[in-house]
Amino acid sequence: MAKTSVLDNIGFDSMSLLQANKGISAVVGKELADHLSGKRFMILSLLVMAACMAALYVAASTIRASVGRDELDFVFLKLFTTSGSSLPFSFISFVSFLGPLVGLTMGFDAINGERDRRTLSRILSQPIYRDALINGKFIAGVAVIAIMIFSLGFTVAGLGLIVIGVPPTIEEILRILAYLVLSVIYISFWLGLSMLFSVYFRQTSTSALASIAVWLFLAVFAGLLAGMVADSIYPVTDSADVDQILLNTRLHQNLSRISPTNLYDEAITTLLNPSVRTLGPVLLQQAIGAIEGPLSFGQSLLLIWPHVVGLIAAVLVCFAVAYIVFMRQEIRA
Amino acid sequence: MTAEKQILVETIDLTKCYGDLTAVDHLNLKVEKGSIFGLLGPNGAGKTTTILMILGLTEPTEGKALVAGYDATRNPLAVKSIVGYLPDNVGFYDELTGRENLYYTAALNGLKRDDAEKRITWALERVDLLKDGDRKVGEYSRGMRQRLGIADVLIKDPELIILDEPTLGIDPEGIREILELIKGLARDDGRTVLISSHLLHQVQQICDKVGIFVEGKLIASGSIDELGTQLFEGKSLQVELKAEPGGESLVRLCRSIDGIQEVRKHGDFLLLQCSKDIRHVLVNRLTAEGYTLMHLRLKGFSLDDIYQRYFQKEGYHGQNISS
Repeated sequence: MAKTSVLDNIGFDSMSLLQANKGISAVVGKELADHLSGKRFMILSLLVMAACMAALYVAASTIRASVGRDELDFVFLKLFTTSGSSLPFSFISFVSFLGPLVGLTMGFDAINGERDRRTLSRILSQPIYRDALINGKFIAGVAVIAIMIFSLGFTVAGLGLIVIGVPPTIEEILRILAYLVLSVIYISFWLGLSMLFSVYFRQTSTSALASIAVWLFLAVFAGLLAGMVADSIYPVTDSADVDQILLNTRLHQNLSRISPTNLYDEAITTLLNPSVRTLGPVLLQQAIGAIEGPLSFGQSLLLIWPHVVGLIAAVLVCFAVAYIVFMRQEIRA
Repeated sequence: MTAEKQILVETIDLTKCYGDLTAVDHLNLKVEKGSIFGLLGPNGAGKTTTILMILGLTEPTEGKALVAGYDATRNPLAVKSIVGYLPDNVGFYDELTGRENLYYTAALNGLKRDDAEKRITWALERVDLLKDGDRKVGEYSRGMRQRLGIADVLIKDPELIILDEPTLGIDPEGIREILELIKGLARDDGRTVLISSHLLHQVQQICDKVGIFVEGKLIASGSIDELGTQLFEGKSLQVELKAEPGGESLVRLCRSIDGIQEVRKHGDFLLLQCSKDIRHVLVNRLTAEGYTLMHLRLKGFSLDDIYQRYFQKEGYHGQNISS
């Protein structure tokens, strides 16, 4: 045997159980490098960065203009939530609107892109389990989302600190951190969804289109549709009584909560706005005797806990379906 | 090599059905260690499906595939770590360099950075791509991609190399290089090679053994000579003859020879249907009668004839086989 001597001294323990984990870490490393050096990611982060900077600028000038007129509770949080007349979007509305786009762009060609490039069978013939590929891609995607959201959040917080000159309280920091974590989970949902489409559809353009269709539907039309359904089941007329109105509102709210966009919007409003005390309709007699004042962080978190659980469940369901479909798929096209 | 007769790949009643379609039908295949085995068949015969089952990438409906004693379905990682697979029309990440692409493969195989670098340089040198290793794969020609594919297979230092249509779409010079390379992998390194192809002539050049595969069934296997004998057992031989001067007198002469059953004209040639090999007698008679022999060939021993004959024998026709 004329094997080169180089080969003889290589410790190549192919049977080791660590192999599968090595497979995942290799995939994660490759995908991270791909995302972070890719033009796609660059364009998206510039877009999101520009939007958020604009929002920060408007928020800071609005806050400065209103200093002394309003009560100055939680000024730091207002950096994230305030919009102005020149730009009707705040930081959080930008993230909530553009975030899904980030997730979708990173996942829509995860699997069918590999198929297109004819790399899938080559990669899967390496000694890794099949799920290492999809797990690795998902983990890398979530990591990139986390890096992006946290750096964005901290940049805005840091610049805000310089601009308005009021340091955040511990409570505010906790709320901002919780908000950022929630945003990562929310965007991961869209990553999971687009990965599901990338497994299901063979064409990358089809999966991109399907992802955008679902995004538009959930972000724009789901609330509208929920209202229509609620109105047709519990019509509210001039002569309707309180119960009817209440039933209508509750149904509307619960139906629109099927959409993760709605869940997320409700959750972050509560998190960054300590004066939000309840998310459902409140009757006058329930409000009597309540003491005015902001909720503590723990209480706000308690209020949105079902939302958090719902969002995490949505991410897991999406990914699990993608996982199962992928594991059962034939490798060849 | 002492392990000459050791079996590396064995399939036992390997079957794969897609709905009503049986892609692979009770396949029993044995590949000896250190040999080059050619899996021959038209498009859609089930070659790629068989390969995927040997690799454990597709689950067989019935039966099993064993590689070095490991069941490919139960222990795919063990199998995949000793089998290098070059898929038909292999793809790489165009935006990465050849070296980076190979590095990803090395990482998936669990090689450490230093080892991987050494192995990559070695593999690139082997396929003569060392100077192009730092170029983006997007700039590679098709032949270079194919050679990079072979380097990619070599990264894991495989015992068995499976090549699916390795010569498809490559110019003749490129094909020659790749076949040389494949031959070297078996002869010099002692690796076992399984080639799937529908291009007979190329496979004939380098294979020790071939298996003919049609509609999911292995209808013949063995060395090319063995296939010839299998085919012509109990069948009459055909001899192609051309001699000067031709015409009726030549036909009459042929008819008079014992053992020739039928004489037909086929273009410039005469086709002689014989019950035994009469070439020796024929040549003597022709010279004795003053004929000049221009062409004499015993048909059926080139792979082309074998391939064609097997399809006819089994009642298969090219147009019935979906691709």
